[in-house]
Amino acid sequence: MSKSDHPQSSSRRAALKTLGAAGAAATLPLWARYTHAQTAAPIRIGFQKHATGIGAAYGRWYDRTSQAAVAKINGEGGINGRMIELVTEDDGTDPKRGAEVIEKFANQSKCDIAFGTLFSHVVIGSAPRAGELKLPYFVVSEGHHVASGMLNRWTLQPGITDVKSQVQAMAPFITDTLGKKVTMIYPDYGFGYDHRDNLVPAVQAAGGEIVAQIAIPPTETSFTKYFPQIPRETEVIYHVMVGPAVLTFVKEMGEFFGPSRPEIFGFIDSLEAVDLASPGLDFLEGTYFWEGMPRYLQADAPAYVTAYRDAVGIDANGASTSDPKDVSTAAHMFGCWETLHIIKAGMEAAGYSSTADRQALVEAVEAMTEMPAGAAHPQGDKLFNGRTHQVFGPQYISKVESGKLNVTHVAPIEDTLYPDEVDYTTQSF
Amino acid sequence: MDFGPHLMLALLEGAVLAAVLALMASGLSLVFGVMRVVNVAHGEFYMLGAVVAWAVADLVGGGPAVGFIAALILAPLIVGGLAAAADMTILKRIDYDPERTIVATIGLLYVIQQLTLMGYGPEARPVAPPFNTRIALPWIEWGAGGPSVYFPWGLSTTSYKLFVIGAAAALILAIRLVLLHSKAGLVMRATQLDSEMATAFGIPVERVYAAVFGVGAGLAALAGVLIVPIQQAHYLMGGEALLLSFIVVIIGGLGSLTGTIVAAVLIGMSDGIISVFFSPTLAKILATLLVALVLVFRPQGLFGARER
Repeated sequence: MSKSDHPQSSSRRAALKTLGAAGAAATLPLWARYTHAQTAAPIRIGFQKHATGIGAAYGRWYDRTSQAAVAKINGEGGINGRMIELVTEDDGTDPKRGAEVIEKFANQSKCDIAFGTLFSHVVIGSAPRAGELKLPYFVVSEGHHVASGMLNRWTLQPGITDVKSQVQAMAPFITDTLGKKVTMIYPDYGFGYDHRDNLVPAVQAAGGEIVAQIAIPPTETSFTKYFPQIPRETEVIYHVMVGPAVLTFVKEMGEFFGPSRPEIFGFIDSLEAVDLASPGLDFLEGTYFWEGMPRYLQADAPAYVTAYRDAVGIDANGASTSDPKDVSTAAHMFGCWETLHIIKAGMEAAGYSSTADRQALVEAVEAMTEMPAGAAHPQGDKLFNGRTHQVFGPQYISKVESGKLNVTHVAPIEDTLYPDEVDYTTQSF
Repeated sequence: MDFGPHLMLALLEGAVLAAVLALMASGLSLVFGVMRVVNVAHGEFYMLGAVVAWAVADLVGGGPAVGFIAALILAPLIVGGLAAAADMTILKRIDYDPERTIVATIGLLYVIQQLTLMGYGPEARPVAPPFNTRIALPWIEWGAGGPSVYFPWGLSTTSYKLFVIGAAAALILAIRLVLLHSKAGLVMRATQLDSEMATAFGIPVERVYAAVFGVGAGLAALAGVLIVPIQQAHYLMGGEALLLSFIVVIIGGLGSLTGTIVAAVLIGMSDGIISVFFSPTLAKILATLLVALVLVFRPQGLFGARER
């Protein structure tokens, strides 16, 4: 009996051994490839995501766009034959957490570079740490903080235009078509200050004047109390709000004015991720919005735009193809798509093979200039300024017609350019 | 805008805040009064009320009025049931120990918040109001030729905002009547006065606790349903509401319903007026300063009874 038991148990052990060996052998090519030829390992891109906090709606769509871009790039062979792997971390839309996430990318999760994020206070909080860690940090924030020289040589914004150029391109349209006396309403933090600081000179240069500036904390939930500060002489309201209460803001603005509203020009940020068909938004009919990229599929959209929209998964109304109530942040999220394509182009130009080539990557991106519209740049032609680390591109003005945004004016790149305020290439690495 | 119309607008805005706040803080005060539990998760029940209202209105369909009425009935029941279950599974097991209930309700706060984020998502979603007519308000001006009525620019409210004020007042009156004149109210008050003696008289104190916790959460949820057509349902909306509710119950006196209502009107109105004429941040500063002053000079609150 005992004899017959032994072979059984030993055969089980043997079977386990064989299985283990087979398992190890199966993984062998993978890890052997990583250790002996590092270039085949995936390129790890740390993705700073607003998964929670007031930026969560943006984070969700930044994530979807980035995943779609990574799937496309990997499907086309990756970067220099290496696959991209996104390492996603939640920054909580919080600057302190943002800096910690950057540190985690560099020291713990061994990322090649960092990529992210929208809210300017998170970028401003994270960029100094990225500079200290010598970690290339590609932001999709549209704040003016990159081109203003506030940040450092390791921080670049090649995939989305900045507020200063956007505002500058909008001002002539506002004063020429809508009115000369402008009241501006903006969020009371960095991004809002970019609007405040740049709209005043831009409107003055275009022959208008700012009659009042109303700053509202981005966490505010009730807005009617701010509207009495709008002077009676106002001809145009210029509004840009962010945060979860944007719909309340726009709705209460409509209730405040009733039938006698002035002209209204808004940045789509005020209604990003919000359905234009929401109750109480009827008064927006006939008003104008800036859009980074049109939310609604335009009749004359080129094939690469529809390809981009299909890849990300948005329908003709700019909402998720799986849930028509899940409206995208279309005016900003294209920046993730374009930035990832620029990272690919930069790494291939620099012959990037390991973290030792991070400096070469930054220099390769700095050397970029014209980026023609196409599959990698669906928003339009771009012009990158390597000295200021900032990209310039077309700006869209859309009018609300039958509850949809139709593009009525496209400001060309030339209207958005301004003199350099910094030359990062003179800074040491 | 002239001073008079401006003040009237401030008062109207303040009244909406006061109404919602009074309803929500009554729930917090009731739970503390009867159970001596500081419910830190109260703001999340308010948020759940708004989120469930959105879900119900979305599922029911059939026009804004039907969806809203369904939400008004279902959301407090669902949220109240959830809270009663939380009471029986969590708070009862830690014997309502004051320190541990605070930690447990903080835990509950994060669990509810993150589950909502995972299930409902980060967007702020609207619920259509059952009716929402803009009402332009007239103002009387004494000019050279005697008084004349005119409609100042921007002086307006909506019929729904007026409804919120009325509905909250009616609900609070109903709570008072139930507490003072019904058997259930009597049982609650008996438990509040002396839970051991109540047990001796055959009152099922544990079931009373579960019911009170459920009703408290249900009131917060009702406040959430009332506010959601004005603001939107968002998973972080409970935070500020919780802070304001605590300010109100501390000033009014924890456990005192009258004090809660007076404090809610005081805080709501002053917030409206100060934020219209000065800045919303100053309104918050003054409210928290008032809390500090009350805690120093009258720790039992304006209407609270001293501990016996």
